[in-house]
Amino acid sequence: MSRAVLILLALLALAFPLSLLAGRVWLDPASTPNAALILAQLRLPRSVLALIVGAGLGASGAAMQGYLRNPLADPGLFGIAPGAALGAVVALWFGFTASPWLLPLFALIGAGGAMALLAAIAGRTGGIALFTLAGLMVASLAGALTALAISMAPNAFAMSEIVMWLNGALTDRSWREVWLAAPLVLAGIVLLWRSGKSLDALTLGEPVARSLGVEPGRLLWLLIMGVGLTVGASVAVAGIIGFVGLIVPHLVRPLTDRRPSQLIVPSALAGALLVLVADSAVRVLPLVTELRLGIGLSLLGAPFFLWLLLRMRRGLT
Amino acid sequence: MMLTAKNLSVAGRLNDVTSALEPSRITAICGPNGAGKSTLLDLLAGLEKPDTGKVLLGETPLATLSPHERGRRLGYLPQTAQIAWDVPVRSLVELGRMPHGDNNRAPVDDAMTALDITALADRRAQSLSGGETARVLLARVLAGEPEWILADEPLAALDLAHQLALLRHLRAAADGGTGVVLVLHDLALAMNHADHVVVLDRGRIAANGTCKDALDTQIIERVWKVAAHWIGEPGQRALVT
Repeated sequence: MSRAVLILLALLALAFPLSLLAGRVWLDPASTPNAALILAQLRLPRSVLALIVGAGLGASGAAMQGYLRNPLADPGLFGIAPGAALGAVVALWFGFTASPWLLPLFALIGAGGAMALLAAIAGRTGGIALFTLAGLMVASLAGALTALAISMAPNAFAMSEIVMWLNGALTDRSWREVWLAAPLVLAGIVLLWRSGKSLDALTLGEPVARSLGVEPGRLLWLLIMGVGLTVGASVAVAGIIGFVGLIVPHLVRPLTDRRPSQLIVPSALAGALLVLVADSAVRVLPLVTELRLGIGLSLLGAPFFLWLLLRMRRGLT
Repeated sequence: MMLTAKNLSVAGRLNDVTSALEPSRITAICGPNGAGKSTLLDLLAGLEKPDTGKVLLGETPLATLSPHERGRRLGYLPQTAQIAWDVPVRSLVELGRMPHGDNNRAPVDDAMTALDITALADRRAQSLSGGETARVLLARVLAGEPEWILADEPLAALDLAHQLALLRHLRAAADGGTGVVLVLHDLALAMNHADHVVVLDRGRIAANGTCKDALDTQIIERVWKVAAHWIGEPGQRALVT
C-alpha cells in the first residue's frame, strides 16, 4: 500500500469516531440519554454517507483530471452533477416528496440522462475536445432548465426547497440513503480505478496511448459510467457538493508519484475525509440554523484553494 | 517481418501508396510539408484507418490485430514530446510494457541501460532536458520490445550531438532485427543514416529505394523545387543549394 493510502486511512480512523460524537450536542456515550439510538439512527448513517459521498467525488475528480490531463478539471465539467440536480429539482417542483425514494430516483434518472447524452455525442470517437464541449453543453443545458424550474416554481415553498436542496447537505439522512448510494458509488469507484492504467498511458498523449493498446472509446465509456455512478449517486443523496472533486486531487497529488492511476484511491480516501470533517464542522458551528454543507465547503475551500495557488504559483507556471 | 503498405489512400492526404518495408533496416519517409509523411506513418502504426488499401504485418492485415497485439508489435514515437504529469522517469519507461500486460523488469532495465538513463530512473519527467526526454521516450518504446519502431520526426527538437546519439540507438535497434521507420525532414540525415528512403510528394510516392537513388538531386529538384547537389563522401554527405 502506498504512503498516501496509509496516512489517509490513519486520519480516517481518527476522524470517524470523533465525527460520531460531534454535533450540536456533543455525545457522551456514558451519560447522554438515548446515546445508542442517536448514534445508530442519526450520527452513524450521516457519517457513513459523508464518507461515501466524499469518496465518490474525490475519485471522480482524480479520474477526470487524469483523463483531461488538466489539474483544473472537475467532475462538474461532465454535466453529470447538473443533470442529477435537474432530476431532483423536477421531483421537488412537482412536489414528489411523498415517498423518500422519489427524489434520489429522479436525480439518478437525471444523471443517467446526462450520461446518455454525453455518450451519444462524444462516445463513438472518444475525442477529448468534443467530449469536454459536450460535457459543458450538457451542464449549461441542465443549469438553464434548473433555473427555469426555480423561476417558474409553483409556490414559494417549492422554490425555497429547490434552492435549499441545490446547496448540498447531509442533514437528516438515514440508512436508506446509505444503502442507495453505497453500492452505486462503490461500483463507480471500481470502474474509475480500472481506468487507471489507461490514464497513465494518456500522460504521453492520445496517439501514444492508442499505440499502447488503449481504446479511446472504451476508456470514455468507463469514465462516463464511473463518474456517472459516483457523482450521480452523490448528488442524489446529498445535493450539489462542489469543490471536493477539484481540490482533493491537488492535495493528494504531492503524496503520490503523480501517476493518475496512483491518485484515484488516495483521492477517494481524502475526499471521504474532507467531507466527513466538513460535515462535522457545520454541525458544531454555533449558528441558528445549520450551515449547508455545500456552502460550508465552498466557504472553506475557495480561500484555501486560493492560498494553495499563491503558494504553488511558481510550480504551476 | 515485413511491414507492407498496400494501395493506401486517405482522402486529400494520401493517394495509392504502396511500399514494402524490411526489418533490420532504417527506412526514412521524406517529403515537403503536407506531403502526407505523418499520415503514412500513422497508418503504418495502425493509429489511423485508410479509406482504401491496407497495411500488412507479415501476411496479417494490421486492422485484424487486437489493439494490444498491435501495441506489442509496433512501437510508436510521436513528433512532439508530451508528458502531462511530473511522473518518475522509470514509470514512463514502464508504460512500454503496457500492451504486454506484465511488469517485466528486465526489458525496462535493458532499455534504460541501452539509452544510458539508468541514473535518471527516479528523476521527475518534467525536470529533464530535451535530450534526456528524447532518450526516455525512446526507452519507453524499446521496453515494449516491438518488432517495428515508427517515429515521427524524432530528431527535430534535438541538437546535433543528441540527433547523432539517438540515430546510433536506432541503428543498434535495427542491427538487433527491429524494423525502424522515421519521418525525417533533414535530407542529409536521411541520406547518411537511412538504408531505404520513401519520398512522398502531395500524397503520392515520388521515389522509393536506396537513399542514393531516392534522394537523387533530380528527384529533390522535382519534389522540393530546389536545385541542389550532394557533396562529401558516402555516409558524410551534405546537401548544398
